Amino acid sequence: MAWNDKRPMSPHLQIYKLPITAYVSIGNRVAGVINSTAMVLLVLVIASAAASGTDSSTILWLVNSWFGKLVLFGFTFTLYFHMCNGIRHLFWDVGMGFELETANKTAKVSIGIAVALTIITWIIASAS
Amino acid sequence: MAEFRLPSNSIVGPGKHFPAPEGATNTRTVKVYRYDPDSGKNPRIDSYDVDMDSCGPMVLDAIIKIKNEMDSTLTFRRSCREGICGSCAMNIDGGNTLACTMAIADIEGDITIYPLPHQPIIKDLVSDLTNFYAQYASVEPWLKSDSPAPPDRERLQTPEDREKLDGAYECILCACCSTSCPSYWWNSDRFLGPAALLASYRWLADTRDDATGDRLDDLEDPFKLYRCHTIMNCAQVCPKGLSPAKAIAETKKMLVQRRG
Repeated sequence: MAWNDKRPMSPHLQIYKLPITAYVSIGNRVAGVINSTAMVLLVLVIASAAASGTDSSTILWLVNSWFGKLVLFGFTFTLYFHMCNGIRHLFWDVGMGFELETANKTAKVSIGIAVALTIITWIIASAS
Repeated sequence: MAEFRLPSNSIVGPGKHFPAPEGATNTRTVKVYRYDPDSGKNPRIDSYDVDMDSCGPMVLDAIIKIKNEMDSTLTFRRSCREGICGSCAMNIDGGNTLACTMAIADIEGDITIYPLPHQPIIKDLVSDLTNFYAQYASVEPWLKSDSPAPPDRERLQTPEDREKLDGAYECILCACCSTSCPSYWWNSDRFLGPAALLASYRWLADTRDDATGDRLDDLEDPFKLYRCHTIMNCAQVCPKGLSPAKAIAETKKMLVQRRG
């Protein structure tokens, strides 16, 4: 919204102490953007593996490097985080979970579950 | 596109310091946003060391004391001092609330006071709420009925129907919720904001109202209603403990249900 006013605009983001629900809300949006981007990268990896038929392509080498693993680890978290908050939104869509205590709790739980699922996934992946 | 920074005429600079009167031993520092429209200068933060031994318990007591004893130019709205008029809504310690119901003892460190966020400032803590009130008026917050009122009594409701209005009718229009909402900050020209949408729901939920269809038609718009992303800032700050977020969700449900 353009500010066509000679009078000052009062400070907002600069001074506001955002509650946990707001951080999780913007985090969910950021995770969604990351997921969309990461899906393109993932398709690239799969297509590259299919095309080369070996483990020697540059992209597969990149995926197996520590940096590639770090990116995949982050992507695993954003996927689970977005999923958990998607479920929160499904409850909200039917009018449930709006009590402040519940909303604050589910915000924290969505982070906790996403972290736990990410770690479990990587333990399983590295064991196999 | 949302503009996250303040315009250049709104950047807040340092201001004056008002020391406590001599002999005061128990003081708290109150930092207040100041803007003088006659000076042509940017807003500033003035700080006041308030003698707590002769000050009431609420933030409103402190700023009234500042105005009476330290700096008579400090400007703010207040009236009832008991949380029912909604005049003294401001941003205290980083959250929107009423100065009259916010205890000084509940704040750690310095007490920082800003006007309601992302609003045009008239002077100091007084913001221009014209747009906020216009949005409230736009939801036509009055009973619309096709049938004439009974000549000898009120329009009666069952206790169950009346209960549907609980949590929707108690709003005092202080604007804490709308001005705490990031969606409202970025889109207040098109998004109605939590307060107006709660007021709208108060009439959607009223079994005596016959204009439900028209009211829903009016809200079926990408911006008016659907800019709510359940950030929940509104419910977190409401000094009356209401949940505009829940009312908005119920309104969205009504829109889905009528599609069948």
